[in-house]
Amino acid sequence: MEDITFHHYTQRPAAGNKHVAIVGVVASGNLEVLAERVLSNDQFKIEIRTAAEGFESVWSAVVADFVERYPTGGLKFSINDGGARPDTVMLRMAQAVRVMEEG
Amino acid sequence: MTTVQDPESSIHRADSTSWYEASARRRIELLLDSGSFHEFIGPEMREVSPHLRVFDLPEQFDDGIIVGSGMLGGLPVFVAAQEGRFMGGAFGEVHGAKLTGLLRAARDVKSRPVLILFDTGGVRLQEANAGELAIAEIMRAAVEARSAGVKIIGLIGGRAGCYGGGGLTAGCCSALVISEQGRLAVSGPEVIETNRGVEEFDSRDRALVWRTMGGKHRHLIGGAEVFVDDTAPAFRDAAMALIETVLGLSLDTLKSEQLRLDTRLQIFGTARDALDIWTEIGIPDAGSVPGMPAEEFIVLADKVRSIDHDAR
Repeated sequence: MEDITFHHYTQRPAAGNKHVAIVGVVASGNLEVLAERVLSNDQFKIEIRTAAEGFESVWSAVVADFVERYPTGGLKFSINDGGARPDTVMLRMAQAVRVMEEG
Repeated sequence: MTTVQDPESSIHRADSTSWYEASARRRIELLLDSGSFHEFIGPEMREVSPHLRVFDLPEQFDDGIIVGSGMLGGLPVFVAAQEGRFMGGAFGEVHGAKLTGLLRAARDVKSRPVLILFDTGGVRLQEANAGELAIAEIMRAAVEARSAGVKIIGLIGGRAGCYGGGGLTAGCCSALVISEQGRLAVSGPEVIETNRGVEEFDSRDRALVWRTMGGKHRHLIGGAEVFVDDTAPAFRDAAMALIETVLGLSLDTLKSEQLRLDTRLQIFGTARDALDIWTEIGIPDAGSVPGMPAEEFIVLADKVRSIDHDAR
C-alpha cells in the first residue's frame, strides 16, 4: 500500500452544502471516495491509499486536471483505491463533487 | 427527516433496478422509504479493519457493511447491508461488530424489526479468528433479539450470495427472502470440491451450483420463505409482508423446526440431485425449473410447496 497526499489552492468553492458523501467501492479496479466539507473555500486536499504502488506522478496529473475542471474549494477527499485506472478515478471524483452538490 | 413520500414515483423510480447489480447503499435507498435512512457509524468515522493493514490490503471506510435505522412503509426498522464487492462481503472484526451492535440495539428496543441484506462469502480469511468470533456473537445477538420479540428478516440476492457464517446467520433469522441469484449455503462450491473431491461436487458446473444452492431450490425445500424476482420493489414488498406475518421465537418454534428438518431428511435423504427432490415434491418437468421466469416459478412453487408449518 502507498499513501499519497496532495494539497491544492483553488479559486472555485464546491457547490451545495452537504457535509459528507461517499461514492464507489474498494474492489479490484475500483475505488471509494469519501468527500467532506471541512476546509476553507480556497483549499482542496486529497489523501490517497492505493494498492497500486509507484504511480504517484499519474495521481498528481489526474488530481491537477480534476481540480482545474471541477469546483472543489472546501472539500477534503479521502480515497481507498483498489488499483483503479485514471479514467475511473476521474469519474468517481466527479461523482463525489456532484453528490456533495445535492445536499 | 421526512417520511412522507409519493409511493407511485418511488416505485416507478426503482421498478427495473436489479437487486443483484445494486450496491449495498443503493439497496438500502431502494428498500426503505425515500430519504428515511439514518446511518450508524458512517464512513466518515473511519472505523476500518485493524487487520487488513497488516496484510498490506486496502481498507474500506465502512468495512463493507452499512448499519442504521429507517422507515419501511411507515414502520421504523433497523437495517444492515453487506457490500459484496468489497472482499466478497466477508465478515471481519469491525464488520461483524457493527451487525452485533445493531442486533443488540434491536434486542433492547424490542419492537423494531431488523432487515439484514446479506451479500457475503463468509468470514474474511485475513481476520479469521476475529471473524469467527464475530459470527458467534452475531448468532447469539440474533437469538437474544428474537427472544425479546424482534423479527429479523434476511434478504438474499447479492453477487456474493450468502455463505459460511452468513449462511449460519441467515439460519437464525425469523424468515428469509431470496431471489434466483441469491445462493444460500454454508460451504461454498469450491470449499466442498476442495474437501470432498470433484466427484462430490464440481464447482465449475454452474448449473449444478445454482440448482443446489440457488434461490429456487432454497425456496422449494422450505429454506427461504419467499421467492422474489431480482428487483428492488419485489424485495421491499416481500419484507413488508413478512414483517406482518412471521411468528416469534419460542421453544415450540424450535421443536417445529426440528420436526420440519427431520421430515425433510426422511423424504429427501436419498436424493442425489435437486432435480430428484423437485420431482419428488410433484413438479412434473423438474428440468424446466432452472430456466423458468420468476413469475411462472412463483405460481408453480405456491402449488407444490406446503408452507403451513410454524417452524423456524
